Amino acid sequence: MGNISDATVCTLEQRANLIRQSIITMLVEAGSGHTAGPLGMTDIFTYLFFHGLQHRPQEPTWPNRDRLILSNGHICPVLYATMAHAGYLPLEELQTLRKFGSRLQGHPHREFLPALETSSGPLGSGLSQAVGMAIADRIDRGTQSDRYFYCLLGDGELNEGQNWEAFMLGAKEKLHNLIAIIDRNNIQIDGFTENVMPLNDLRAKLASFNWHVQEVDGHNFEAIDDAINQAKAVFSMPSVIIAHTIPGKGVPFMERDYRWHGVPPGSGPEDVVVKQDQEHQALDALRTLGGKITCSDK
Amino acid sequence: MLQKDQKLHAHVLSDTPELVPIRNGFGEGLLQAARQDDRIVGLCADLLESTRMEAFAHEFPNRCIEVGVAEQNLASVASGMAAMGKIPFISSYAMFSPGRNWEQIRTTICYNDVPVKIAGSHAGISVGPDGGTHQAIEDLALMRVLPNMVVLSPCDVHEARKATIAAAQTSQPTYIRLARDKTPVITTEETPFAIGKASVLFAPESRTPEVGIIATGALVQSALIVAKELHAKGIPATVLNMSTVKPLDTAAIATLAAQAGAIVTVEEHQVFGGLGSAVAEYLAEHQPTPIAFVGVRDQFGQSGTPQELIAHYGMDVSAIHRAVASVLLRK
Repeated sequence: MGNISDATVCTLEQRANLIRQSIITMLVEAGSGHTAGPLGMTDIFTYLFFHGLQHRPQEPTWPNRDRLILSNGHICPVLYATMAHAGYLPLEELQTLRKFGSRLQGHPHREFLPALETSSGPLGSGLSQAVGMAIADRIDRGTQSDRYFYCLLGDGELNEGQNWEAFMLGAKEKLHNLIAIIDRNNIQIDGFTENVMPLNDLRAKLASFNWHVQEVDGHNFEAIDDAINQAKAVFSMPSVIIAHTIPGKGVPFMERDYRWHGVPPGSGPEDVVVKQDQEHQALDALRTLGGKITCSDK
Repeated sequence: MLQKDQKLHAHVLSDTPELVPIRNGFGEGLLQAARQDDRIVGLCADLLESTRMEAFAHEFPNRCIEVGVAEQNLASVASGMAAMGKIPFISSYAMFSPGRNWEQIRTTICYNDVPVKIAGSHAGISVGPDGGTHQAIEDLALMRVLPNMVVLSPCDVHEARKATIAAAQTSQPTYIRLARDKTPVITTEETPFAIGKASVLFAPESRTPEVGIIATGALVQSALIVAKELHAKGIPATVLNMSTVKPLDTAAIATLAAQAGAIVTVEEHQVFGGLGSAVAEYLAEHQPTPIAFVGVRDQFGQSGTPQELIAHYGMDVSAIHRAVASVLLRK
């Protein structure tokens, strides 16, 4: 631990909070979309776009950039919101999510928003694409390339067999600059992952596929930074980081409740918060850090 | 008469035509294209030899990726490589690619509009003894329906080589349909080829055709034999080789339909969704013309020799004759 300063962590935490607020407001405006996953992955995305990635938001096609491939495209609100906060697109554009003519399609489409590395939505194809990119990179730049390929996956998504085809190939090709990050939030549409389709000992499974495996608290920036640095230090195999996250993170009435997987605030379950109050209470929870502080602009 | 400007093979209509598998042309074309363009890479799913990627793999080991028996991965890995500036060719049996990995082709290749080239070998019922599981007779339909996709269906080894080289030079996703069995060689090195361009291989001298036969792939030679036999019976016929199924050469179809007033389509594929459907869609909308379809009629294949199967499923020379007779009655 210790590569990242306390001041940086503080900045990242504040940034992540603003991104979560953007996610809430854009989903409310859209009237549909996924809430739990984006909030759960906000810290990882914030880390990557504001600290981890080599990239140039003003020059999205910069050839030397790292690539970020989002496999579980349904959590794109966090991708769009983080990109907007990083300067890839105007913040106001977030309010066009899922609307006709918007660059922010319900699931990411690179033809609409060229700054994306790929289109995604149907689950299970992202890792294969990241493997292909890393193989192409090795052909062009050899085994010492310092361009990194980050693939973000969901845990429920691992039900798709194609992922395991990609895990096999990534290990066979010893893709040292490929880093997969799995959002281990334990939920999918029909319920808890271990009820819908148990992943059981995911760490052992991945290790047996010959990947370098780490587990990390997906809301701890120091731990995330440490894991990424560790992954970059592995030269003989690809790396996978199992990021333990809390779905709905930052909004207590959403946290860990799989019913928030695929609905926006205002359409969620009413047994805790009535629909009309869901947006307000979600934003309030974020602005007050779950009631720990008083919100100044309230 | 065979069209001289097409510079066709001397024995195309003989009883003993030269026989070469169409898939060989893919292997030759890939090697030639790869020598000229180092962006070209090859990906294979445990079928290096039988899809004819072996020579490429031997000459360019660093540009050849063996992904194992994993066609879904095959398609998406290629998409990733294309996103990095490569021109990937992926090869497998058509039943598995594009058969098994259709959604990956749709989302990661066509939706992204990246230049992945899909070589589907062992297409059609003439795969023979392997049986119905391995006989892809739906692949043209599967690929034709995808936006951005170009669909090529060469008629012989030379056309397959030219199609492969031409596909390597475009930025579009492209499907190349290849038959397994030894197939009569129709064209030569000199025969013109261009993506999107159909070619008249046979036309009556100085007379207007009474029927137009539009054929694709390995059955083009059968269509030529039928035209020759019709000529002997005094029925003038024109044969159009439709080596690109998408984008369809609608100008060539319109001209032929206007001349002949009756069309027969011939393909080693389900009648639903293939070349015949493509031709019918165009004619129904723009130039209604009586049409008869030669192809598989909503059935699966089975084991047998290619000749037995082509005859049993109604795609041999006599079946084409029957289709011609039926459409002439409807003129």
